Amino acid sequence: MDWTALVLSIKLSLTTTLLLLPIGIVFGRWLAYKQFFGKALLQTFLALPLVLPPTVLGYYLLVAFSPNKGLGLWLLQTFGSTLIFNFKGLVLASIIFNLPFAIQPMQRAFAAIPRAIREAAACCGMGPLQVLWKIELPLAWPGIISALVISFAHTLGEFGIVLMVGGSIPGETQTIAIAIYDSVQTFDNPSAAIMSFSLLLFSLITISLTFWLSARYEQTHD
Amino acid sequence: MYNPYLKPGLKLSFIVLILFCSPLSWADRVPLVAAAASVKFALQDIAEAFHRDTGKEIRISYASSGNLTRQIQQGAPFELFLSANHAYVEQLYQQQLTRDHGVIYALGRLVLLTPNESSLALDGQLNGLAQAIQQGRLQRFAIANPKHAPYGRAAREVLRQQGLWKLLKPHLVLGENVAQAAQFVTSGAAQAGLSAYSLALAPALKNTCRIQLIPASRHQPLQQTLVLLHNAGDSARLFFIYLQQDKARAILAHYGYMRP
Repeated sequence: MDWTALVLSIKLSLTTTLLLLPIGIVFGRWLAYKQFFGKALLQTFLALPLVLPPTVLGYYLLVAFSPNKGLGLWLLQTFGSTLIFNFKGLVLASIIFNLPFAIQPMQRAFAAIPRAIREAAACCGMGPLQVLWKIELPLAWPGIISALVISFAHTLGEFGIVLMVGGSIPGETQTIAIAIYDSVQTFDNPSAAIMSFSLLLFSLITISLTFWLSARYEQTHD
Repeated sequence: MYNPYLKPGLKLSFIVLILFCSPLSWADRVPLVAAAASVKFALQDIAEAFHRDTGKEIRISYASSGNLTRQIQQGAPFELFLSANHAYVEQLYQQQLTRDHGVIYALGRLVLLTPNESSLALDGQLNGLAQAIQQGRLQRFAIANPKHAPYGRAAREVLRQQGLWKLLKPHLVLGENVAQAAQFVTSGAAQAGLSAYSLALAPALKNTCRIQLIPASRHQPLQQTLVLLHNAGDSARLFFIYLQQDKARAILAHYGYMRP
């Protein structure tokens, strides 16, 4: 069992999930309540990672952040590092890759809140932030939690994009999924077996949790 | 409105936030080495000996030499590079990405390997292999991808020279690197393949495969090259020197490498 890789994977998943929380709430809520020009286009772009091969995104990130020119060169000169082959780059890639998994469930959860309730809250003199905090979030939380759980699990299992953008650097970009691949490649089947089984268990738990949450959600909405 | 679920959630997120602030601190100081997949087992042993002798650790990232070269060109934070050929190091030097031309520290050898239970006759001239193809007894033959793996390139050269390349082409499976090519054979997914001698001598492979050395004269020499990159620190430099000393040479010899 490669503990460094496991810790790194969990760290990556947690960072991604935490950063996706505000992004998901803002975009999910916005898409649920507002009609605006270009909404369909925006939704298309946000759903793109569902169908896009990870290597395509990996390729574009590599091109964008290559230290030889453009954005990558600027980042290198300004901050002393670019976003490929390090942890920050993996976080960025994971966020982009998980956008639909975070936003869509949250959007559905916000859309399910009856308009009348929000209006009643506003009539009682609550400001928009108060409505969000006291009315919308408490009602939408099962959707939000399941969005976070799915994003977390999905990040844990990312492979292609991590290998392309991160390489396989121990302690920096070598996640558990990459560690499994590496140990299979180097004939270390016992450790691949242990790591695979832990991920299998973890995925089972995650999926049960999301099903349980959505069941609960439906109960409270009956 | 009181919500019992929100509060514990908030608390949890703070704990999580604090957890994050603790970085994987050793990752910052330990030098990062890029190494060709073929040298993996030998390098693990050398790194252990290095640790015993100096108390210092190194981190190693394995891939095909071509892949690592590309990563270095794209700014990967390696301090030392062990390539399975000299050409990639030379290419990096031309782009001013290495300190110098590097040092050829060993010569690699190619082996033909097949699982123990296979009936394939092994010989350095690959006659048994040619027969097996003609009789339709061979479905899959594994080599490393010649596009970015030096051992794959050497394998292609040998097969071309023996006039087997066209015959074998429909049966080829390409490993991402030479270790994967060997793994295809050990797992039985391919009935035979060409891989690195240094991998075939590793304990994990020794017992599962039969091997036949390919005469070194049949391909361009696999010049294992060692080079320091610009951001190499003291530990990386120490390891660079260690790799050229007797203890490391003995380990390399044990894994079938020849002196340059």
